[in-house]
Amino acid sequence: MKFLVCISNVPDTTTKISFTPDNKEFNKAGVQFVINPWDEYALTRAIELKEANAGSTVTVLNVGEADTEPNIRKALAIGADDAIRVNAAPQDAFFVAEQIAAVAKDGGYDVILMGKESIDYNGFQVHGMVGELLGIPTVAPAMKLDMAGTTATLEREIEGGKEIVEVSTPFVASCQQPMCEPRIPNMRGIMTARTKPLKVVPPVGDPARTQVAEFALPPKKQGVKLIDAANAGELIKLLRNEAKVI
Amino acid sequence: MSVLVVVECAEGEVKKSSLEVATYGAQVAAMLGTTATAIAVGEATEANLAKLGEQGIAKVLYDAEPRLKDFVNNAYTKLIATAAEQEGAQVLVLANSNIGASVGSRLSVRLKASLATNVVELPKTDGGQFVVKRGAFSGKAFSDVVLSGERKIIAVKKNSLEARHEAGKTAEVVAFAAQLADADFADAPKQVVMQEQTGGVLLPEAELVVSGGRGMKGPENWHLIEELAQALHAGTACSKPVSDVDWRPHHEHVGQTGITISPNLYIACGISGAIQHLAGVNSSKVIVVINKDPEAPFFKAADYGIVGDVFDVLPKLTAAVKELN
Repeated sequence: MKFLVCISNVPDTTTKISFTPDNKEFNKAGVQFVINPWDEYALTRAIELKEANAGSTVTVLNVGEADTEPNIRKALAIGADDAIRVNAAPQDAFFVAEQIAAVAKDGGYDVILMGKESIDYNGFQVHGMVGELLGIPTVAPAMKLDMAGTTATLEREIEGGKEIVEVSTPFVASCQQPMCEPRIPNMRGIMTARTKPLKVVPPVGDPARTQVAEFALPPKKQGVKLIDAANAGELIKLLRNEAKVI
Repeated sequence: MSVLVVVECAEGEVKKSSLEVATYGAQVAAMLGTTATAIAVGEATEANLAKLGEQGIAKVLYDAEPRLKDFVNNAYTKLIATAAEQEGAQVLVLANSNIGASVGSRLSVRLKASLATNVVELPKTDGGQFVVKRGAFSGKAFSDVVLSGERKIIAVKKNSLEARHEAGKTAEVVAFAAQLADADFADAPKQVVMQEQTGGVLLPEAELVVSGGRGMKGPENWHLIEELAQALHAGTACSKPVSDVDWRPHHEHVGQTGITISPNLYIACGISGAIQHLAGVNSSKVIVVINKDPEAPFFKAADYGIVGDVFDVLPKLTAAVKELN
């Protein structure tokens, strides 16, 4: 079984977001980048399934410039076998999906996994675009993934419940909790990751279809109105008469 | 040119988020000088579909194929693509739901459309550009995105605009057959399992939300959250540490790596307000924070606050709501 796991390079979850003075770009100064937390579920589950199915391989794919390589090496240290970096800044979801589809087609991968969405762009789009470009099924977002031969059984989250879906390889799934407990690299993994193959390939396909014109931060709150705990019931009156939300 | 709106239905009713989407689509159609048609998916009644006229929808297409009752990614994609071609849709509007994101992303490739998800406002069309505002950085920011090309797909974030209700207006409901084949249902769910929701309120769609953090001290105390939620007809949510230790199911986790919500009212009980949690809730219209620590960072993001013990404050709030009703 050949697994392809797509990872995104994103600001750490504790990052305070700011932009360049013209509000056109994210201000990367002093920001720590990590593997997108949702992608960690995809990566760890692929490694678990590889360990359970002898002869399987896990390839990590990232669309990014050279500065993403530390996180690609981290994914190799966690247990992926090799990596591919498409040497381009990710322009939009469609651009990224085109790169993934091209790599997947060349490599003949059976299972293409990624996180539900990236925590920076929050598109939740790439899974479906890749599935459609390759003409294969997509399951999104998946909370559970089991494989028996070429058949996968997945739990797909729906609003208010879940669906049990069965698909045959090849397929795409976008992953989220509680699929597995994401792993962290151990010392042996870090040592072996240094010599694992990391191939750099040029981008392909059509230009992006969307473009960010401007970023903005949410409006600041006016300040908190404190209510005495002894008179907590007063809050309910304010919510009805002043805020008018209940 | 027209606007096509994807309306999700369940148990005969149109979902609340789809009423918002229908309102959004009708307003986009008005901006473009055209009409809005809806394509309904899921289990719907003709009477409820006709009521989409109240949101400004002129015509509703409905395929009564029974296998479309549950979500099937390939079949829904083909159904909606067929409707979009038939209607000559230039703009397709759907909910930023698990269904909307699944079919919207496939449709963008099939229809060669530009796609924006998590959209929070009506588009701006000055100067010949088509620009939408969407949530980014998991609720920590917004971005204005230019959609290029002839066709656009917009997935609207829940609770981003209020559904319009123009009483008495009805839409024409028209039978629609997309000629789906058995192969289109290959990825149909084997089983659908619904969970019991507190007070029957679905968190992603909830207008009011009561949420608990580690300050609740354990799952055995959650009845205090649930009692207030039930009195308010609110949904319940929790912080990441709470779902990590399984006090509450993960689908209740709001925050940067959970879901982001924008209810009218968010009541945070015993949650300190880490930056990752704030990201998930800071587009709530009104935020109430109850915490015994006056230095809790959440107070800086709140509209109303009570410095006090949740075990003392929550029963008082529940009693006050019951008194008011």
